[in-house]
Amino acid sequence: MTERLTGAARRALADLRRGSEGALFQVAAILLAFIVGALVLYASGYDPVSAYAAMLRGAFGDMYGVGQTLTQATPIIFTSLAFLVSSKAGLFNIGAEGQFLVGAFTSAIVGIYLVELPWVLHIPLALLVGAITGGAWGLIAAVLKTRFNAHEVITTMMLTYVATYLTGYMVNYPFKAPGWVSQTVKIAPSAELPRILPPTQLSAGILVALALVAFTAYLLRKTILGFELRAIGLNPSAAESAGISINRGIMTAMFLSGAMAGLGGACEILGVHRRFIEGFSPGYGWDGLAVALVGGLDPVGSLLASILFGALRSGGMIMTRSTKVPLDIVIILQGLVIIFVAAPAFIRSLLKRRRK
Amino acid sequence: MTLAVQMQGITKVFPGVVANDHIDFSVEKGEIHGLLGENGAGKTVLMSILYGMYHPDEGRILVDEKEVRVDSPAHAMRLGIGMVHQHFMLVPSLTVLENITLGREPVSNGFLLDRERMHRDVKEFCDRYRLDVDLSAPVYMLPVGVQQRVEILKALYRGAAILILDEPTAVLTPVEVEELFTAVRALRTEGKTVIFISHKLREVLAICDRITVLKHGRVVDTVAAGDASEDRLAEMMVGRKIVYEFQKRSVTDQRPVLTVKGLTALSDRGLSALRGIDLEVRSQEIMGLAGVEGNGQTELVEVLTGLREATEGTVILHGLDITRATPLERIRMGVAHIPEDRYKRGVVTDFSVMENLIMCGQRDRFARNSVALDFTEASICSDEMMRDYQIQAPDKDTPLRNLSGGNQQRVVVAREFSRSPRLVLAAQPTRGLDVGATEYVRGKLVEMRDNGAAVLLISADLDEVWALSDRIAVIYEGRIVAVKPVGETTEHEIGLLMAGGRND
Amino acid sequence: MVDLLDVINVGLFAAAIRMATPIVYAALGGMFSERVGVVNIGMEGIMLTSALGGVTVSYYTGNPWLGVAAAVAIGGLMGLVHAVVTVKYAGNQIVSGTGLNILAMGFTAYMSQILWGSRGASESVASIEDITIPFLSDVPVIGPIIGTHSPLVYLMPVVTVICYVVLFRTPLGLHIRAVGEHPTAAETAGIDVVRIKYMGVIVSGMLSGLGGAFLSLSHLNLFARGMTGGRGFIALAALIFGKWMPFGVLEAGLLFGFADALQMRLQSLGILPPQIILMIPYVLTVAVLAGVVGKAKPPSDYKPYKRE
Repeated sequence: MTERLTGAARRALADLRRGSEGALFQVAAILLAFIVGALVLYASGYDPVSAYAAMLRGAFGDMYGVGQTLTQATPIIFTSLAFLVSSKAGLFNIGAEGQFLVGAFTSAIVGIYLVELPWVLHIPLALLVGAITGGAWGLIAAVLKTRFNAHEVITTMMLTYVATYLTGYMVNYPFKAPGWVSQTVKIAPSAELPRILPPTQLSAGILVALALVAFTAYLLRKTILGFELRAIGLNPSAAESAGISINRGIMTAMFLSGAMAGLGGACEILGVHRRFIEGFSPGYGWDGLAVALVGGLDPVGSLLASILFGALRSGGMIMTRSTKVPLDIVIILQGLVIIFVAAPAFIRSLLKRRRK
Repeated sequence: MTLAVQMQGITKVFPGVVANDHIDFSVEKGEIHGLLGENGAGKTVLMSILYGMYHPDEGRILVDEKEVRVDSPAHAMRLGIGMVHQHFMLVPSLTVLENITLGREPVSNGFLLDRERMHRDVKEFCDRYRLDVDLSAPVYMLPVGVQQRVEILKALYRGAAILILDEPTAVLTPVEVEELFTAVRALRTEGKTVIFISHKLREVLAICDRITVLKHGRVVDTVAAGDASEDRLAEMMVGRKIVYEFQKRSVTDQRPVLTVKGLTALSDRGLSALRGIDLEVRSQEIMGLAGVEGNGQTELVEVLTGLREATEGTVILHGLDITRATPLERIRMGVAHIPEDRYKRGVVTDFSVMENLIMCGQRDRFARNSVALDFTEASICSDEMMRDYQIQAPDKDTPLRNLSGGNQQRVVVAREFSRSPRLVLAAQPTRGLDVGATEYVRGKLVEMRDNGAAVLLISADLDEVWALSDRIAVIYEGRIVAVKPVGETTEHEIGLLMAGGRND
Repeated sequence: MVDLLDVINVGLFAAAIRMATPIVYAALGGMFSERVGVVNIGMEGIMLTSALGGVTVSYYTGNPWLGVAAAVAIGGLMGLVHAVVTVKYAGNQIVSGTGLNILAMGFTAYMSQILWGSRGASESVASIEDITIPFLSDVPVIGPIIGTHSPLVYLMPVVTVICYVVLFRTPLGLHIRAVGEHPTAAETAGIDVVRIKYMGVIVSGMLSGLGGAFLSLSHLNLFARGMTGGRGFIALAALIFGKWMPFGVLEAGLLFGFADALQMRLQSLGILPPQIILMIPYVLTVAVLAGVVGKAKPPSDYKPYKRE
């Protein structure tokens, strides 16, 4: 699109940053979402208290619950960091889901076909391939933006659909496992990320995720690149005057962003599913967006919020089993959180009224 | 002779500056009255008050000899006052006709646009005021001169009897200026009153009946155009007042640092901004570039810093051709830039003081290796810079937006000067600063010059140019019209050249 | 061996028109929203929720037209939420739209479970019957293509014309365009910018709701989880492809509808993998944005409007 949309997105991101500063807003948004969610539950004849209690118990009540919570949180950490990094450079990468899928698929291929490698090589290679292909997927949008002024909101969204269908095609035709539907064969044992907390599905992927959180924090706060990306995001004119190349910054940011999402997809395949199944992602890319915002566009905040959303997903499964409340209440809560985070001004006005 | 407008004792104060200082200003009905003065003289503020965009701190306004309080532009329009701003209020994809009638479109059959009536009504205005426009053309396709005509028609259509034109010729070609004058004269014939704000004295002399000159927020005098001359008006506009004197080291061995030949470039809008600039700036000198804003200074600095492409010409720094060099390369070659718009190009307000201080050097001086920043060096240097340049802030991690304008400019100056640059491009460096900060920045520029740098000082403040420069060049409509050592010219002459006057 | 005529025949073109309908409605809605300066990427969610709402009302009243009315109303309500967030509280438009989508995903599945006990689909409900226009269907060649369709399909070109008339032949249309392109100029001309913005966004919700109603009450006669299948986003693509103009959107919608119909036909014949066909609208949009098919310039700059 045009520079004006970019300017609007940048302004919006800056506003979001300012509004999201102070954990107060995030907590308020989450609380509001839970309150509205409680109303929905009540109106449908369920008891909100017991539903939420079951969720809490399921998510954190025992080791198994905690393990599953962290398992659900892991991919979200990756996608939220992906959105975070691009947003620091003033970009709206809402295609993390697509980049996640691309990375997942390519890592599965590496995992399946390079069987002669020992795990010390196989795993890093698969992860690397996942990251690079995810990055390349993000780079497409960056090139479209720098060359053709095509706004990344739309291109990344479209590319997500392309990725979804492309990977869907791959696992239904060329790479389809014989006798199965819409999935590949299992990856070689040498490519599997070990489970670190049996019997939960928690894999070493979470360690990779934690490392990525540290890396992102380091990148943004301590490196030249991080400095330049942040300058581009906050004031591209001043950045340009200071000798920073805006186009290079955009491409780097989108590549990194896509790579993080791709890495997340790779970890999810190698650690949890061990094969590529069509539709294995219940929308981790979208969770990532919500989480990054709720986390105040900060790496550690994203980590915490990812755990919260992971808890919603895993605790939700337990809640459904015990209280018969449909699991989708979790998604309703997520949607509500996102809407409340969208307008810090709304929360601000609520808080002002309460102070009076 | 009735007075269409009387403004008595108007005073308006903004933080740090008295924009209008007890101004008495009146306009006769049916005359074209020029409001002349340099940038910052207070012309636009005064008219904005008349148009209801600001409220005066003191004074009263009479329209058609009745006292009024103009609350808002809508109110002004109801009183018959229309204003054509420098930045047009036109919707780009709508046609001329649609823009003029916006908000008061005639309808037929209850809800459909009555385009015939629209056309008829507006055409009548066009004919009457001899404003020729293609009514069915979408506005974005029209040249600026025609867009301006549309704005005038819009004001007339809404019943304006008094028309304020704010720097109307700023964006016009000479031919378009003539067409505008024809239209303005036709307005007068129809009994309209026109207030013509400008800094271009030749034009004001050509079109106006009477002229009021403002300087530093005060009325200097009101004269009839027939009684005035260019010289006299220039003297009134510029006056003679040297505020600061600087001791400068005497110069020993000067050589050219920056050589610009035949530089041509376009503005953002695609119009010709630089029309063949030839300029040389030597070491140990301050070359003051005098000129009213909008004559190409912005574009010149952008080309020199590498932020804008030159269509023709060369830029040579210390014998090396940098015409195609990137901004970063120029920074590394010793070019320092104090931007005219601090907030746009100078600082990142959400960054801390330290982060702003290390900008431009994040890849070199403040880099530990090719990946990480060197925070130790950054910290030490920041402390040093804050001390040396007297930057007042709680600490170096404070967000820059918490600092005053003067301190923010000190940050910019500190960052640029502590690199020991060979060429300093200072664009409006003291704009918006209080007296203390202004003094400080000017002192620093002299210091740079004494230490051997070549300084190109671009300023619309003639006092400043006069006080600091060794040589003065005047830029007008994208060309350098004169270059003179300070001792061989007068402020008066420079003022004349700045306003487009000819050097006889 | 598959005969070309098995693929390209009258039924295909009829299906193309049918499948274009929800896309065109949603895209027209998106057009109004964007023309007042608000991006509405939540159309997918609005369509989905309205589809559910329509089915629910039809289920309980037995009247599909009441269902359509309910769908439109629900769409308008969700549009109102988006408007409040983005106009009144100057909230981020993309985030708000995304929130609506996710909320809709969850809410529709949730309600589906509660009302009909399964998370897959609802029971069948009373739906809108196709009608046949007598003299039209007798016309050779095109008769079978356009002669028999749901009333909502016939409504589609009517609504398109109405949109065109409103936007380009009424003062309201001028005001809408002014508000989107240059809100300050509109304000100084005396136009109530905030009111127009609200109106544009609510209308976008209502039209998306109509699109959703078509899917669940005319094309099918039930609600199925995720039944909009990305059409809300395809509508965005159609909007861009159609250069934000009513008839352009209609043409773009027909193109995407054709791709959709072709895909379904090819899928049933098993020629090309469905996923490859399904990608077409999205690849097409990217190509459009890259300027391959001309420059696509949006009608506004999507800034939240701050009254000075």
